[in-house]
Amino acid sequence: MQELSRLAVLGAGHVGPVIARLAIKAGYPVAIATSGDPEDIALITELVIPGAQPRWASDAIADADIVVLAIPLHRFLDVDPGLLNGKLVVDAMNYWPASDGVLTAFEAGGSSEIVARRLAGSIVVKALNHIGYHELEDLARPAGDPGRRAAGVAGSDPAAVAAIADLVDRFGYDPVRFGSLRAGRILQPGGPVFGAVLTRPEFERAVGEDARSLT
Amino acid sequence: MTYTFGLDTFGDRNSDADGQPLSHAQTIRNVVEEGVFAEQAGVDFFGIGEHHTEYFPMPAGDVVLAAIAARTERIRLGSAVTVLSSDDPVRVFQRYSTLNAISGGRAEVILGRGSSIESFPLFGYDLADYEELFEEKATLFAELLQGGPVTWEGKTRAALLNQDVVPHTESGPFPAWIGVGGNPQSVIRAARLGFSLALAIIGGPPARFAAYSQLFQRALEKFGRPPLPVLVHSPGHIAASDEQAKAEFWPRWRDIIAQIAPERGFAIPTQASFDRETGPDGALYVGSPETVAQKIAANLRALGATRFDLKFGMPGLTHDQLMTNIELYGHQVIPRARELLS
Repeated sequence: MQELSRLAVLGAGHVGPVIARLAIKAGYPVAIATSGDPEDIALITELVIPGAQPRWASDAIADADIVVLAIPLHRFLDVDPGLLNGKLVVDAMNYWPASDGVLTAFEAGGSSEIVARRLAGSIVVKALNHIGYHELEDLARPAGDPGRRAAGVAGSDPAAVAAIADLVDRFGYDPVRFGSLRAGRILQPGGPVFGAVLTRPEFERAVGEDARSLT
Repeated sequence: MTYTFGLDTFGDRNSDADGQPLSHAQTIRNVVEEGVFAEQAGVDFFGIGEHHTEYFPMPAGDVVLAAIAARTERIRLGSAVTVLSSDDPVRVFQRYSTLNAISGGRAEVILGRGSSIESFPLFGYDLADYEELFEEKATLFAELLQGGPVTWEGKTRAALLNQDVVPHTESGPFPAWIGVGGNPQSVIRAARLGFSLALAIIGGPPARFAAYSQLFQRALEKFGRPPLPVLVHSPGHIAASDEQAKAEFWPRWRDIIAQIAPERGFAIPTQASFDRETGPDGALYVGSPETVAQKIAANLRALGATRFDLKFGMPGLTHDQLMTNIELYGHQVIPRARELLS
C-alpha cells in the first residue's frame, strides 16, 4: 500500500480538529499545532482528535509533507513564512469581514493569492475552505456514494493540485480542480459555492461560466 | 440526578395571524407575557439572547427579564447569551446582580458570542480582536462574580484598583456559563475560569458534542476545580403533531437561515437538510411533545448534560403559536423527559 503523506494541521479551533479527524480517518499520520505549547492542547487532542500528535508548530511543519492552515486569517500574519519554505501548504482559511472583521492586508484580491505572496517559498493550494466546519465531517461520503458532495481545489501547480485533490477525495469529497489561485476566488465568501454543500453537477452549475477554468 | 429545563428567546419578531410583522415594541411586550407564562407552565428557566437586528430586536434583555422577575416567583432568569466581548464586564455584572436582587436570587448569565456579530461595529469593536476581548473580559467577569474588591488590569477596559463593585449579591456568585459552539479551546477556557459549560448545538448530530462534555470535566480536574454542570441549547418548535410543528417552523427557519447564511457560512436549508435536522440525529427539536421529549432525553444522556434549554420561536411565528409551544413544553415535554431520564 502506498504510504500516505504526513500532515501538519495548524490550528485547534473550530476547523483544525475537524480536518485532523477527517485525515486520521483517511489513514494519514497527523500532527496538530497551535502558536503555543503542545501541552496546552494535549487534553483536546486526546479527547477530541484521538490519534493526532500535539507538537510545536515548527516540529510539526518540519516533519510534514503537507501543512494545512486552519487558523484565523489575522493570526496568519504572525506566522513566520520561513517555517513553511519548501512545503505544500493547504490554505483552508477565509477572508470573511462580516464574520471576523476587516483586515487591510486582505482587502485587495483573493485571500489565497495574498497568502501565497507571503509564503513565497511554499506551494499554496486553496481547499477545504468553503464547506462549513460543522458540516465537513457529517457530509463526507466515499467515492461512488450517490450523495457525495463536491469540494473545490485551486492552485497554479498542477502536481500540487493533484496531490490535494487526492487528499480531498480520501477525505470523502469529489474534488473539482481550478487551475489557479485566482480562479479559486470562486470558493471564497460571497461566491456561489461558499457555505453551500453541493453534488458535482450542482457545483458545476453554481460556478457556471467559471467552470471553463476547471481542469 | 436533577434535570432542569429552560426556554430561550432572541426576541424573534412576531407576526400577526395574517403574516404581518408586529412592531418591535409589541414583540417585546409579548416576550414578557411568554416569560410569565413559562413559569405558570412549569418551566425552570427563561433566557433572553442579545441581538441587535430588525428581526431579533432584543439588545436589552436584562430590562425585559426584570419585568418578568416582577411578575414571577420561581422561574430562573438569565441571558442566553450576553455578548460579553462588546460589553463592559463591570456593567454586565451590575445589571445581572441588580436582576438577581429584584428576583430574589434567580439571575443567571450565559456569556458568549452566539450568532450576534452586529454588536461589534455598533459599539466600536473590531471582530478581529474577538479572542482577546473575550479572554480578558471573561477573566474579569469571573473575578467580579466572586464579590469583594477587585484589582484588574488589561488592554480592553480601564484598570480597577481595589474596586468595590455594587450591588453585592446576597448569597455568593449567581450561576454563570460560557456558551460554546464548537471550539474546543473555548471549552478549556470555561473550565480554567470556573464557568459552567453551555453547548450551543444548532446543526448536525448532537452526539458529536459528547467529547466536549468529557473534555470539560477532564479540564476541570486538571485545573483542580470541582465538577460543574453542562447545558444544551438548541432550537425547536412544539405543536400538537409532528406535521403541524414542521409546517409552522420550516418556512420561518428557511427564511432566517437563508438570510444569515452568507455571514455565517451556513448552507441554505433544503427540505432534505430540514428533515435530517428534525430527525433523531439532527439538532432541531421540532415536533409533537413526545417526539421532542424523546430527543431531549436521549441527547442529555448522550452528552452527560443536566439542563436543556429550548430556543423557541422564529421571526414570523405568532404570539399564539409561541404560547402553545410554551404550554406544551411545560405541561407535556418536561414531565415526559423527566420520566424518560429517571
